[in-house]
Amino acid sequence: MVTRGFTGRRPARPDAERLPPGQYLTEDFPVLQLGPTPKIDLARWRFTLREGSKPLKSWSWAEFEALPRTRWKGDIHCVTKWSKFDTAWEGVTIDDLLAAAGIAAPTAYLLAEGYDDYTTNVPVADLTGAKAMVATRYAGEPIPPDHGGPARLLVPHLYFWKSAKWVKGLRFTQKDEAGFWELRGYHMVGDPWREQRFTGD
Amino acid sequence: MALTWQEARITAAAPETARVRRLTLAVGWSRPFRAGQHVDVRLTAPDGYQAQRSYSIASSPMQAETIDLLIERLDDGEVSGFFSDVAEPGDAIELRGPIGGAFVWDSGAGGPLLLVGGGSGVVPLLSMLRHRAEAAPGVPALLLYSARTRGEVIARDELMRRDAEEPEFRLRLALTRETGGRRIDADTIGEALAALGTPAHAFVCGANPFVSAIADLLVEAGLPPRTIRTERFGG
Ligand SMILES: Cc1cc2nc3c(=O)[nH]c(=O)nc-3n(C[C@H](O)[C@H](O)[C@H](O)COP(=O)(O)OP(=O)(O)OC[C@H]3O[C@@H](n4cnc5c(N)ncnc54)[C@H](O)[C@@H]3O)c2cc1C
Repeated sequence: MVTRGFTGRRPARPDAERLPPGQYLTEDFPVLQLGPTPKIDLARWRFTLREGSKPLKSWSWAEFEALPRTRWKGDIHCVTKWSKFDTAWEGVTIDDLLAAAGIAAPTAYLLAEGYDDYTTNVPVADLTGAKAMVATRYAGEPIPPDHGGPARLLVPHLYFWKSAKWVKGLRFTQKDEAGFWELRGYHMVGDPWREQRFTGD
Repeated sequence: MALTWQEARITAAAPETARVRRLTLAVGWSRPFRAGQHVDVRLTAPDGYQAQRSYSIASSPMQAETIDLLIERLDDGEVSGFFSDVAEPGDAIELRGPIGGAFVWDSGAGGPLLLVGGGSGVVPLLSMLRHRAEAAPGVPALLLYSARTRGEVIARDELMRRDAEEPEFRLRLALTRETGGRRIDADTIGEALAALGTPAHAFVCGANPFVSAIADLLVEAGLPPRTIRTERFGG
Protein backbone atom coordinates (compact mmCIF):
# COMPACT_ATOMS: atom_id res chain seq x y z
CA MET A 1 0.00 0.00 0.00
CA VAL A 2 1.49 3.36 -1.03
CA THR A 3 1.19 5.95 1.73
CA ARG A 4 -0.23 9.18 0.33
CA GLY A 5 2.39 11.94 0.29
CA PHE A 6 5.30 9.86 1.62
CA THR A 7 8.51 10.11 -0.36
CA GLY A 8 11.02 9.08 2.31
CA ARG A 9 14.68 9.77 2.75
CA ARG A 10 16.47 6.86 1.16
CA PRO A 11 19.84 5.72 2.40
CA ALA A 12 22.66 5.80 -0.16
CA ARG A 13 22.84 2.72 -2.36
CA PRO A 14 25.63 0.72 -0.67
CA ASP A 15 24.07 1.40 2.74
CA ALA A 16 20.64 0.32 1.50
CA GLU A 17 22.00 -3.07 0.46
CA ARG A 18 23.45 -3.65 3.92
CA LEU A 19 20.17 -2.79 5.67
CA PRO A 20 17.72 -5.63 6.41
CA PRO A 21 14.05 -4.85 5.62
CA GLY A 22 12.43 -2.23 7.86
CA GLN A 23 15.76 -1.09 9.38
CA TYR A 24 17.40 2.33 9.26
CA LEU A 25 21.03 3.26 9.74
CA THR A 26 22.13 5.05 12.89
CA GLU A 27 25.51 6.53 13.74
CA ASP A 28 25.03 6.52 17.52
CA PHE A 29 24.65 3.42 19.64
CA PRO A 30 21.13 3.34 21.10
CA VAL A 31 20.34 1.19 24.13
CA LEU A 32 17.59 -1.38 24.52
CA GLN A 33 16.93 -3.01 27.87
CA LEU A 34 13.95 -3.57 30.09
CA GLY A 35 15.24 -2.12 33.32
CA PRO A 36 18.17 -0.40 34.99
CA THR A 37 21.78 -1.25 34.22
CA PRO A 38 22.98 -3.69 36.90
CA LYS A 39 26.14 -2.92 38.88
CA ILE A 40 28.50 -5.82 38.43
CA ASP A 41 31.60 -6.37 40.55
CA LEU A 42 34.35 -8.00 38.48
CA ALA A 43 35.77 -9.60 41.63
CA ARG A 44 32.54 -11.61 41.95
CA TRP A 45 31.71 -11.99 38.26
CA ARG A 46 31.46 -15.56 36.99
CA PHE A 47 30.48 -17.08 33.70
CA THR A 48 28.92 -20.53 33.90
CA LEU A 49 27.87 -23.18 31.39
CA ARG A 50 25.02 -25.33 32.67
CA GLU A 51 22.93 -28.21 31.46
CA GLY A 52 19.56 -27.59 33.06
CA SER A 53 20.52 -26.70 36.63
CA LYS A 54 23.79 -28.71 36.58
CA PRO A 55 26.94 -26.58 36.23
CA LEU A 56 29.32 -27.89 33.57
CA LYS A 57 32.09 -25.30 33.81
CA SER A 58 32.57 -21.91 35.38
CA TRP A 59 35.16 -19.14 34.95
CA SER A 60 36.16 -16.15 37.07
CA TRP A 61 36.87 -12.85 35.28
CA ALA A 62 40.64 -13.46 35.31
CA GLU A 63 40.19 -17.00 33.99
CA PHE A 64 37.80 -15.78 31.32
CA GLU A 65 40.18 -13.05 30.18
CA ALA A 66 42.88 -15.71 29.72
CA LEU A 67 40.81 -17.68 27.17
CA PRO A 68 41.66 -17.44 23.45
CA ARG A 69 40.31 -14.20 22.01
CA THR A 70 38.71 -13.40 18.68
CA ARG A 71 37.90 -10.10 17.00
CA TRP A 72 34.80 -9.50 14.91
CA LYS A 73 33.75 -6.45 12.95
CA GLY A 74 30.40 -6.02 11.25
CA ASP A 75 26.81 -4.80 11.33
CA ILE A 76 24.26 -5.18 14.12
CA HIS A 77 20.47 -4.89 13.88
CA CYS A 78 18.04 -4.04 16.69
CA VAL A 79 14.36 -5.03 16.49
CA THR A 80 13.47 -1.43 17.43
CA LYS A 81 14.57 -0.68 13.80
CA TRP A 82 18.08 0.75 14.07
CA SER A 83 21.09 -0.87 12.50
CA LYS A 84 24.67 0.11 13.13
CA PHE A 85 27.48 -0.69 10.69
CA ASP A 86 31.08 -1.77 11.28
CA THR A 87 30.93 -2.35 15.02
CA ALA A 88 34.13 -3.88 16.42
CA TRP A 89 34.01 -6.46 19.20
CA GLU A 90 36.46 -8.77 20.93
CA GLY A 91 35.76 -11.79 23.08
CA VAL A 92 35.69 -15.55 23.31
CA THR A 93 33.83 -17.52 20.64
CA ILE A 94 31.36 -20.16 21.76
CA ASP A 95 33.55 -22.74 19.99
CA ASP A 96 36.52 -21.71 22.13
CA LEU A 97 34.39 -21.72 25.28
CA LEU A 98 33.22 -25.27 24.65
CA ALA A 99 36.78 -26.34 23.82
CA ALA A 100 38.08 -24.74 27.03
CA ALA A 101 35.36 -26.55 28.97
CA GLY A 102 36.39 -29.78 27.24
CA ILE A 103 32.84 -30.58 26.16
CA ALA A 104 30.64 -30.73 23.11
CA ALA A 105 27.30 -28.94 23.35
CA PRO A 106 25.12 -31.40 25.34
CA THR A 107 21.86 -30.31 23.66
CA ALA A 108 20.86 -28.40 20.53
CA TYR A 109 19.32 -25.41 22.37
CA LEU A 110 20.21 -23.01 25.12
CA LEU A 111 19.10 -19.94 27.03
CA ALA A 112 21.56 -17.11 27.55
CA GLU A 113 21.09 -15.69 31.04
CA GLY A 114 21.92 -12.18 32.22
CA TYR A 115 22.78 -10.76 35.65
CA ASP A 116 19.49 -8.84 35.39
CA ASP A 117 17.53 -12.14 35.14
CA TYR A 118 17.02 -11.55 31.41
CA THR A 119 16.94 -14.68 29.27
CA THR A 120 16.89 -15.30 25.53
CA ASN A 121 16.92 -18.54 23.58
CA VAL A 122 19.34 -19.35 20.78
CA PRO A 123 19.86 -22.67 19.00
CA VAL A 124 23.41 -23.95 19.47
CA ALA A 125 23.78 -24.09 15.67
CA ASP A 126 23.42 -20.28 15.61
CA LEU A 127 26.31 -19.91 18.07
CA THR A 128 28.97 -22.38 16.98
CA GLY A 129 31.05 -22.22 13.80
CA ALA A 130 32.43 -18.77 14.73
CA LYS A 131 28.95 -17.24 14.53
CA ALA A 132 28.88 -15.85 18.09
CA MET A 133 31.02 -14.88 21.05
CA VAL A 134 30.89 -13.70 24.62
CA ALA A 135 32.29 -10.22 24.03
CA THR A 136 34.23 -8.27 26.65
CA ARG A 137 35.52 -5.40 24.50
CA TYR A 138 33.84 -2.94 22.15
CA ALA A 139 35.81 -0.61 19.86
CA GLY A 140 38.99 -1.59 21.66
CA GLU A 141 37.72 -0.71 25.17
CA PRO A 142 35.92 -2.60 27.93
CA ILE A 143 32.20 -2.68 27.05
CA PRO A 144 30.42 0.21 28.84
CA PRO A 145 27.75 -1.01 31.33
CA ASP A 146 24.88 0.48 29.27
CA HIS A 147 25.98 -1.66 26.35
CA GLY A 148 26.13 -4.84 28.38
CA GLY A 149 29.59 -4.80 29.99
CA PRO A 150 31.52 -6.41 31.48
CA ALA A 151 30.45 -9.23 29.14
CA ARG A 152 27.61 -9.69 26.67
CA LEU A 153 26.64 -12.32 24.19
CA LEU A 154 27.20 -11.25 20.57
CA VAL A 155 25.12 -13.04 17.93
CA PRO A 156 25.29 -10.44 15.19
CA HIS A 157 23.36 -12.35 12.52
CA LEU A 158 20.21 -12.27 14.70
CA TYR A 159 18.25 -9.26 16.05
CA PHE A 160 20.23 -7.77 18.90
CA TRP A 161 17.86 -8.79 21.70
CA LYS A 162 19.42 -12.26 21.26
CA SER A 163 22.80 -10.75 22.23
CA ALA A 164 22.04 -10.83 25.96
CA LYS A 165 23.67 -8.04 27.96
CA TRP A 166 25.49 -8.63 31.28
CA VAL A 167 25.57 -12.29 30.42
CA LYS A 168 26.33 -14.63 33.31
CA GLY A 169 26.04 -17.93 31.54
CA LEU A 170 24.55 -20.26 28.97
CA ARG A 171 22.05 -22.89 30.05
CA PHE A 172 21.61 -25.82 27.66
CA THR A 173 17.99 -26.96 27.36
CA GLN A 174 16.40 -30.12 25.93
CA LYS A 175 14.07 -28.13 23.70
CA ASP A 176 13.86 -24.59 22.35
CA GLU A 177 12.49 -22.73 25.40
CA ALA A 178 11.25 -19.15 24.99
CA GLY A 179 13.20 -16.43 26.82
CA PHE A 180 11.99 -13.08 28.16
CA TRP A 181 10.96 -11.35 24.92
CA GLU A 182 10.08 -14.58 23.16
CA LEU A 183 7.46 -15.21 25.87
CA ARG A 184 6.07 -11.76 25.07
CA GLY A 185 5.40 -12.25 21.38
CA TYR A 186 8.84 -11.80 19.87
CA HIS A 187 10.12 -14.33 17.36
CA MET A 188 11.86 -17.54 18.50
CA VAL A 189 14.60 -17.17 15.84
CA GLY A 190 14.86 -13.44 15.06
CA ASP A 191 16.63 -13.36 11.67
CA PRO A 192 16.66 -9.70 10.54
CA TRP A 193 17.05 -10.62 6.85
CA ARG A 194 13.75 -12.54 7.06
CA GLU A 195 12.31 -9.77 9.25
CA GLN A 196 11.39 -12.22 12.01
CA ARG A 197 10.41 -9.62 14.59
CA PHE A 198 7.29 -11.20 16.08
CA THR A 199 5.76 -14.65 16.41
CA GLY A 200 4.40 -15.61 13.01
CA ASP A 201 6.63 -13.25 10.98
CA MET B 1 -0.39 -15.15 17.62
CA ALA B 2 0.92 -13.37 14.55
CA LEU B 3 0.94 -9.59 14.39
CA THR B 4 -0.41 -8.72 10.96
CA TRP B 5 -0.16 -5.39 9.19
CA GLN B 6 -3.45 -3.58 8.91
CA GLU B 7 -4.59 -0.35 7.32
CA ALA B 8 -5.78 2.13 9.91
CA ARG B 9 -7.51 5.34 8.90
CA ILE B 10 -6.59 8.64 10.54
CA THR B 11 -9.84 9.96 11.98
CA ALA B 12 -8.50 13.12 13.62
CA ALA B 13 -5.30 15.16 13.86
CA ALA B 14 -4.59 18.17 16.04
CA PRO B 15 -1.59 20.01 17.50
CA GLU B 16 -0.84 18.91 21.07
CA THR B 17 2.08 21.31 21.58
CA ALA B 18 4.13 23.34 19.10
CA ARG B 19 6.26 20.26 18.33
CA VAL B 20 3.88 17.40 19.02
CA ARG B 21 0.89 16.36 16.93
CA ARG B 22 -1.90 14.09 18.08
CA LEU B 23 -3.21 11.57 15.55
CA THR B 24 -6.25 9.39 16.15
CA LEU B 25 -6.34 6.13 14.20
CA ALA B 26 -9.23 3.71 13.78
CA VAL B 27 -7.76 0.30 14.58
CA GLY B 28 -10.86 -1.69 15.47
CA TRP B 29 -8.87 -4.20 17.52
CA SER B 30 -10.89 -7.06 18.91
CA ARG B 31 -8.90 -7.17 22.16
CA PRO B 32 -7.89 -4.16 24.25
CA PHE B 33 -4.19 -3.27 24.31
CA ARG B 34 -2.31 -2.85 27.60
CA ALA B 35 -1.33 0.59 28.86
CA GLY B 36 2.31 1.19 27.90
CA GLN B 37 2.27 -0.75 24.63
CA HIS B 38 3.19 0.65 21.22
CA VAL B 39 2.45 0.12 17.55
CA ASP B 40 4.77 -0.15 14.56
CA VAL B 41 3.89 1.97 11.55
CA ARG B 42 5.11 1.37 8.02
CA LEU B 43 5.13 4.05 5.34
CA THR B 44 5.55 3.16 1.67
CA ALA B 45 6.74 5.50 -1.12
CA PRO B 46 5.46 5.15 -4.70
CA ASP B 47 8.63 3.24 -5.72
CA GLY B 48 8.16 0.69 -2.93
CA TYR B 49 10.69 2.16 -0.51
CA GLN B 50 9.47 1.69 3.10
CA ALA B 51 10.25 3.16 6.50
CA GLN B 52 9.12 1.68 9.82
CA ARG B 53 9.03 3.28 13.27
CA SER B 54 7.48 2.58 16.68
CA TYR B 55 5.01 4.88 18.47
CA SER B 56 3.56 4.43 21.93
CA ILE B 57 -0.19 4.53 22.45
CA ALA B 58 -1.28 7.58 24.47
CA SER B 59 -4.97 6.79 24.84
CA SER B 60 -6.60 4.61 27.45
CA PRO B 61 -7.08 0.90 26.74
CA MET B 62 -10.75 1.53 27.51
CA GLN B 63 -11.09 3.91 24.56
CA ALA B 64 -12.64 1.49 22.09
CA GLU B 65 -11.99 1.33 18.33
CA THR B 66 -9.39 4.10 18.09
CA ILE B 67 -5.93 4.85 19.47
CA ASP B 68 -4.18 8.19 19.89
CA LEU B 69 -0.52 8.66 18.98
CA LEU B 70 1.48 11.73 20.00
CA ILE B 71 4.30 12.29 17.58
CA GLU B 72 7.08 14.79 18.16
CA ARG B 73 8.62 16.44 15.12
CA LEU B 74 12.38 15.89 14.98
CA ASP B 75 14.62 18.00 12.77
CA ASP B 76 15.07 16.08 9.51
CA GLY B 77 12.87 13.33 10.92
CA GLU B 78 11.88 11.05 8.09
CA VAL B 79 8.77 9.58 9.69
CA SER B 80 7.94 12.16 12.38
CA GLY B 81 8.21 14.85 9.68
CA PHE B 82 5.66 12.99 7.56
CA PHE B 83 3.24 12.72 10.49
CA SER B 84 3.76 16.38 11.40
CA ASP B 85 3.39 17.92 7.95
CA VAL B 86 1.77 15.52 5.50
CA ALA B 87 -0.61 13.04 7.17
CA GLU B 88 -4.24 14.18 7.35
CA PRO B 89 -7.57 12.73 8.47
CA GLY B 90 -8.86 10.29 5.88
CA ASP B 91 -5.37 8.91 5.09
CA ALA B 92 -4.75 5.21 5.65
CA ILE B 93 -1.59 4.21 7.53
CA GLU B 94 -0.21 0.69 7.73
CA LEU B 95 0.37 -0.39 11.30
CA ARG B 96 0.59 -3.44 13.50
CA GLY B 97 0.25 -3.99 17.19
CA PRO B 98 -0.25 -3.79 20.05
CA ILE B 99 3.41 -4.58 20.79
CA GLY B 100 5.35 -4.95 24.02
CA GLY B 101 4.85 -6.99 27.15
CA ALA B 102 7.42 -5.58 29.57
CA PHE B 103 6.66 -1.86 29.72
CA VAL B 104 2.99 -2.33 30.65
CA TRP B 105 0.85 -1.57 33.65
CA ASP B 106 -2.52 -3.25 34.21
CA SER B 107 -4.85 -1.87 36.86
CA GLY B 108 -4.68 -5.23 38.63
CA ALA B 109 -0.95 -4.76 39.19
CA GLY B 110 -1.76 -2.03 41.72
CA GLY B 111 0.67 0.47 43.17
CA PRO B 112 2.04 2.78 44.35
CA LEU B 113 2.92 3.66 40.79
CA LEU B 114 5.87 5.91 39.96
CA LEU B 115 6.02 7.27 36.42
CA VAL B 116 9.01 9.25 35.19
CA GLY B 117 8.93 10.73 31.70
CA GLY B 118 11.22 12.97 29.69
CA GLY B 119 9.77 14.92 26.75
CA SER B 120 7.67 12.70 24.47
CA GLY B 121 8.59 9.81 26.79
CA VAL B 122 5.49 10.77 28.74
CA VAL B 123 3.28 9.21 26.03
CA PRO B 124 2.98 5.61 27.31
CA LEU B 125 2.76 6.98 30.87
CA LEU B 126 -0.31 9.01 29.83
CA SER B 127 -2.01 5.81 28.77
CA MET B 128 -1.22 4.31 32.19
CA LEU B 129 -2.59 7.38 34.00
CA ARG B 130 -5.76 7.40 31.92
CA HIS B 131 -6.23 3.70 32.53
CA ARG B 132 -5.63 4.14 36.25
CA ALA B 133 -8.17 6.97 36.55
CA GLU B 134 -10.85 4.80 34.99
CA ALA B 135 -10.02 1.39 36.38
CA ALA B 136 -8.13 1.88 39.65
CA PRO B 137 -8.40 5.48 40.90
CA GLY B 138 -7.47 4.34 44.40
CA VAL B 139 -3.95 3.35 43.32
CA PRO B 140 -1.50 6.07 44.44
CA ALA B 141 0.44 7.41 41.47
CA LEU B 142 3.00 10.12 40.89
CA LEU B 143 4.19 11.45 37.54
CA LEU B 144 7.58 13.12 37.50
CA TYR B 145 7.74 14.78 34.11
CA SER B 146 10.73 16.58 32.68
CA ALA B 147 10.11 18.99 29.81
CA ARG B 148 12.10 21.92 28.52
CA THR B 149 9.43 24.58 28.92
CA ARG B 150 5.87 24.87 30.19
CA GLY B 151 4.69 25.15 26.58
CA GLU B 152 6.25 21.80 25.72
CA VAL B 153 4.38 19.91 28.43
CA ILE B 154 2.22 17.33 26.63
CA ALA B 155 -1.38 17.06 27.91
CA ARG B 156 -0.68 19.90 30.35
CA ASP B 157 -4.30 20.86 31.03
CA GLU B 158 -5.31 17.26 31.59
CA LEU B 159 -2.39 16.59 33.93
CA MET B 160 -3.06 19.75 35.97
CA ARG B 161 -6.73 18.85 36.20
CA ARG B 162 -5.93 15.29 37.33
CA ASP B 163 -3.50 16.67 39.90
CA ALA B 164 -6.24 18.93 41.28
CA GLU B 165 -9.13 16.47 41.10
CA GLU B 166 -7.70 12.99 41.68
CA PRO B 167 -6.87 12.56 45.37
CA GLU B 168 -4.36 9.76 44.79
CA PHE B 169 -2.51 11.35 41.84
CA ARG B 170 0.37 13.79 42.10
CA LEU B 171 2.11 15.69 39.31
CA ARG B 172 5.68 16.97 39.61
CA LEU B 173 6.95 19.00 36.65
CA ALA B 174 10.67 19.55 36.16
CA LEU B 175 11.05 22.32 33.58
CA THR B 176 14.68 22.40 32.57
CA ARG B 177 14.72 25.63 30.56
CA GLU B 178 12.42 27.85 32.64
CA THR B 179 13.92 30.31 35.09
CA GLY B 180 14.12 28.61 38.44
CA GLY B 181 13.64 25.31 36.59
CA ARG B 182 15.71 22.25 37.27
CA ARG B 183 16.62 18.80 36.08
CA ILE B 184 15.48 15.70 37.92
CA ASP B 185 18.17 14.86 40.48
CA ALA B 186 18.53 12.77 43.63
CA ASP B 187 16.64 15.41 45.65
CA THR B 188 13.69 15.48 43.25
CA ILE B 189 13.54 11.68 43.32
CA GLY B 190 13.77 11.64 47.11
CA GLU B 191 10.94 14.14 47.41
CA ALA B 192 8.78 12.16 44.97
CA LEU B 193 9.36 8.91 46.84
CA ALA B 194 8.54 10.59 50.17
CA ALA B 195 5.25 11.89 48.73
CA LEU B 196 4.28 8.63 47.04
CA GLY B 197 5.64 5.94 49.33
CA THR B 198 7.78 3.10 48.03
CA PRO B 199 6.52 2.28 44.53
CA ALA B 200 5.57 -1.27 43.68
CA HIS B 201 6.16 -0.37 40.03
CA ALA B 202 8.29 2.33 38.45
CA PHE B 203 8.20 3.12 34.72
CA VAL B 204 10.79 5.38 33.09
CA CYS B 205 10.53 6.53 29.49
CA GLY B 206 12.31 9.04 27.28
CA ALA B 207 15.53 9.49 25.34
CA ASN B 208 18.48 7.22 26.09
CA PRO B 209 20.55 9.45 28.38
CA PHE B 210 17.46 10.49 30.35
CA VAL B 211 16.37 6.91 30.97
CA SER B 212 19.88 5.79 31.97
CA ALA B 213 20.24 8.69 34.41
CA ILE B 214 16.82 8.22 36.03
CA ALA B 215 17.08 4.43 36.29
CA ASP B 216 20.44 4.85 38.07
CA LEU B 217 18.95 7.44 40.44
CA LEU B 218 16.06 5.12 41.30
CA VAL B 219 18.43 2.24 42.05
CA GLU B 220 20.58 4.54 44.18
CA ALA B 221 17.42 5.62 46.03
CA GLY B 222 16.98 1.98 47.02
CA LEU B 223 14.30 0.72 44.63
CA PRO B 224 14.75 -2.97 43.77
CA PRO B 225 15.91 -3.08 40.11
CA ARG B 226 13.25 -5.60 39.13
CA THR B 227 10.49 -3.11 40.04
CA ILE B 228 11.85 -0.61 37.48
CA ARG B 229 10.89 -0.87 33.82
CA THR B 230 12.40 1.31 31.11
CA GLU B 231 11.48 2.27 27.55
CA ARG B 232 13.88 4.21 25.33
CA PHE B 233 12.72 6.19 22.33
CA GLY B 234 16.20 6.74 20.90
CA GLY B 235 18.10 10.02 20.75
C1 LIG C 1 9.05 1.66 21.65
C2 LIG C 1 9.16 3.05 21.08
C3 LIG C 1 8.12 3.95 21.27
C4 LIG C 1 8.18 5.25 20.74
N1 LIG C 1 7.15 6.11 20.97
C5 LIG C 1 7.21 7.37 20.48
C6 LIG C 1 6.13 8.30 20.73
O1 LIG C 1 5.15 7.97 21.40
N2 LIG C 1 6.25 9.57 20.23
C7 LIG C 1 7.35 9.95 19.50
O2 LIG C 1 7.38 11.12 19.05
N3 LIG C 1 8.38 9.10 19.25
C8 LIG C 1 8.33 7.81 19.73
N4 LIG C 1 9.37 6.94 19.46
C9 LIG C 1 10.46 7.38 18.58
C10 LIG C 1 10.08 7.09 17.11
O3 LIG C 1 10.00 5.69 16.90
C11 LIG C 1 11.11 7.62 16.10
O4 LIG C 1 12.39 7.20 16.48
C12 LIG C 1 11.10 9.13 15.98
O5 LIG C 1 9.80 9.57 15.59
C13 LIG C 1 12.14 9.59 14.98
O6 LIG C 1 11.88 9.04 13.70
P1 LIG C 1 12.15 9.93 12.41
O7 LIG C 1 11.99 9.04 11.22
O8 LIG C 1 11.31 11.17 12.45
O9 LIG C 1 13.64 10.40 12.59
P2 LIG C 1 14.93 9.89 11.78
O10 LIG C 1 14.81 10.37 10.37
O11 LIG C 1 15.11 8.45 12.03
O12 LIG C 1 16.06 10.70 12.54
C14 LIG C 1 16.20 12.14 12.42
C15 LIG C 1 17.23 12.65 13.40
O13 LIG C 1 16.76 12.54 14.74
C16 LIG C 1 17.58 11.66 15.53
N5 LIG C 1 16.66 10.86 16.35
C17 LIG C 1 16.00 9.73 15.98
N6 LIG C 1 15.16 9.32 16.95
C18 LIG C 1 15.28 10.22 17.95
C19 LIG C 1 14.64 10.36 19.20
N7 LIG C 1 13.70 9.50 19.63
N8 LIG C 1 15.01 11.42 19.99
C20 LIG C 1 15.93 12.32 19.56
N9 LIG C 1 16.55 12.24 18.37
C21 LIG C 1 16.23 11.21 17.57
C22 LIG C 1 18.35 10.86 14.54
O14 LIG C 1 19.60 10.45 15.07
C23 LIG C 1 18.52 11.85 13.38
O15 LIG C 1 19.58 12.73 13.61
C24 LIG C 1 9.32 5.66 20.01
C25 LIG C 1 10.38 4.74 19.82
C26 LIG C 1 10.31 3.46 20.35
C27 LIG C 1 11.47 2.52 20.15
